[in-house]
Amino acid sequence: MATKQTKTLATFMVAPSVIMLFLWMIVPLCMTIYFSTLRYNLLDPGNEAFVGLENYIYFLTDPDFFTALGNTLILVGSVLFITVVGGVLLAILLDQPFFGQGIARLMVIAPFFVMPTVSALIWKNLLMNPVSGFFAYLAKLVGVEPIDWLGDHALLSIIILVAWQWLPFATLILLTAVGSLDGERKEAAEMDGAGPISLFYYIILPHLARAITVVILIETIFLLSIFAEIFVTTGGGPGLDTTNIAFLVYSQALLQFDIGGASAGGIVAVILANIVAIFLVRMVGKNLDA
Amino acid sequence: MGRIVLEKVSKYFGDVLVIPSIDLEVEDGDFVVFVGPSGCGKSTLLRLIAGLEDTSGGRILIDDVDVVAEPPAKRGLSMVFQSYALYPHMTVRNNIAFGLKMAGMDKASIDKKVNHAAKILDLGSYIDRRPGQLSGGQRQRVAIGRAIVREPKAFLFDEPLSNLDAALRVQMRLEISDLHNELKTTMIYVTHDQVEAMTLADKIVVLNAGNVEQFGSPLDLYNSPRNKFVAGFIGSPKMNFIEGKHAEKYKVPTVGIRPEHLGINTKQSVGAWIAKVGIAEHLGSDTFLYVDAEDIGQLTVRVSGELNVSHGDIVYLTPDETRLHRFDGDGMTITAAK
Ligand SMILES: Nc1ncnc2c1ncn2[C@@H]1O[C@H](COP(=O)(O)OP(=O)(O)OP(=O)(O)O)[C@@H](O)[C@H]1O
Ligand SMILES: [Mg+2]
Repeated sequence: MATKQTKTLATFMVAPSVIMLFLWMIVPLCMTIYFSTLRYNLLDPGNEAFVGLENYIYFLTDPDFFTALGNTLILVGSVLFITVVGGVLLAILLDQPFFGQGIARLMVIAPFFVMPTVSALIWKNLLMNPVSGFFAYLAKLVGVEPIDWLGDHALLSIIILVAWQWLPFATLILLTAVGSLDGERKEAAEMDGAGPISLFYYIILPHLARAITVVILIETIFLLSIFAEIFVTTGGGPGLDTTNIAFLVYSQALLQFDIGGASAGGIVAVILANIVAIFLVRMVGKNLDA
Repeated sequence: MGRIVLEKVSKYFGDVLVIPSIDLEVEDGDFVVFVGPSGCGKSTLLRLIAGLEDTSGGRILIDDVDVVAEPPAKRGLSMVFQSYALYPHMTVRNNIAFGLKMAGMDKASIDKKVNHAAKILDLGSYIDRRPGQLSGGQRQRVAIGRAIVREPKAFLFDEPLSNLDAALRVQMRLEISDLHNELKTTMIYVTHDQVEAMTLADKIVVLNAGNVEQFGSPLDLYNSPRNKFVAGFIGSPKMNFIEGKHAEKYKVPTVGIRPEHLGINTKQSVGAWIAKVGIAEHLGSDTFLYVDAEDIGQLTVRVSGELNVSHGDIVYLTPDETRLHRFDGDGMTITAAK
């Protein structure tokens, strides 16, 4: 976009898609905002009335909201940590030449292609089930009491499940980044006397900074709205142990038939996501323009 | 000290034999240049010495110690890469200091050495910048700086100047030469540039398909090439090779004559080769003529200064008999047959 002419041209060229995207976003958003200001309960039809910010006050002062907010942050934070650390290690491992490298790469990437509902069902019924699950089988094999994963450590189980789903994504992005590291630079570090750990810390990790940033930003967007996994496995419980914001909105809207309250919750979730995004971009985004 | 000796060094990549068997002695303080056509194994040989590749056979001795089993950092050598291979996220200072830091040196000594290297190479004004903010020539200086702070036994250069423009290349060439005079450290330098090889080297190694064709001083190689390959490779423009009727006069299959050793005359002279001018390149200091000679074919002639001939003119060439090279059927130089 060097000249004035190309700039004008570019503006016209992208206009249709920008307008489309804008409408696409703005219409549902406006409707949600509109609903959030109504008393609108499906059990009490025909009595919709404007109530101002009452729904917001109700949602934000609900103790459930803070539990859900806490759960959301724990879930996002833990999954990000596991996937980034695991992804970096796996990417470096998979970058080494070894027999069956192609197959191994494929296997690592595979979980990403499993639908969230399906993987949640697999984890719930085949792996974490305290009676018939694989983990219970292993526990019995070594003679310890099987753990009721989804009953006693529900949030941890969800974290493990979601991390398993997102690890391939992180690995894939980081693998390409590791592969793009200039071989001569590694050799120069080797000649400079850097051992494997120094090489990792001083050369490879800084090289991966940008890719890690991308992984964190993209994963955060999706992790803030995890729903299917919770719905299929724990249904937000036991109690509120695994209820995140997305699930709270759902339970308000469809379990309590409170459309107004759910819309307010939705808007709150959008604002929260934006706050997290701005925060993250500030924190790690400086890596992007290096 | 930095005496490097190769004994029967060989290298396979998988099943491919890249270097059959090389013997070479590089004396302490020598500036040795490896030249040869692309793919002949220059970089491979350098990387074998550096320890970045494993040898398939033979021994590499640095100061009489076999280092074949040693990792690169333990060999006490520094390498300057063609791509500079600087660390992009570190400042120039940290780039240079990295090797010392890895060696566990204390901060005060590191600073002293880095500042000293920065002074030698004149890096002062951009010592706190990152490589991305430097020009090609400045990056190359930083790469050299990184090599010299470690005070190695020998420097290894792999085509360090090939990414620079012509003017900068000349300047850096002189700087490297200065550096060698100042440090008196052994240097091994890979290039495919004739001029770099001739001007920098104390000794040149001409490689061809992983074999040493000749090892000697630049003028040795120029004046008495051991075979047709070296004769054709050293010198620019290339030596003319003449076969057939005119070579038979000297009772050998092939004779060679450098473009600068062909006398040229625009008037008819006895015994001279008759040739028609194809292209004349007037460089000012020299004139290169590409001529089509009768019974010989294409020849290159170099004339000092200006010569006023143009396309289609007839010229008469007389070779300088004392500078004529005679080759036998296998392409080896015949010295005794004078
Ligand atoms: N890692 C490798 N695996 C297989 N073959 C290789 C490898 N590295 C180099 N070779 C081969 O070894 C030969 C010598 O390569 P080398 O890089 O030493 O050439 P070079 O003389 O440096 O050439 P250039 O002037 O183009 O840099 C080439 O035929 C090349 O294809
Ligand atoms: Mg090379």
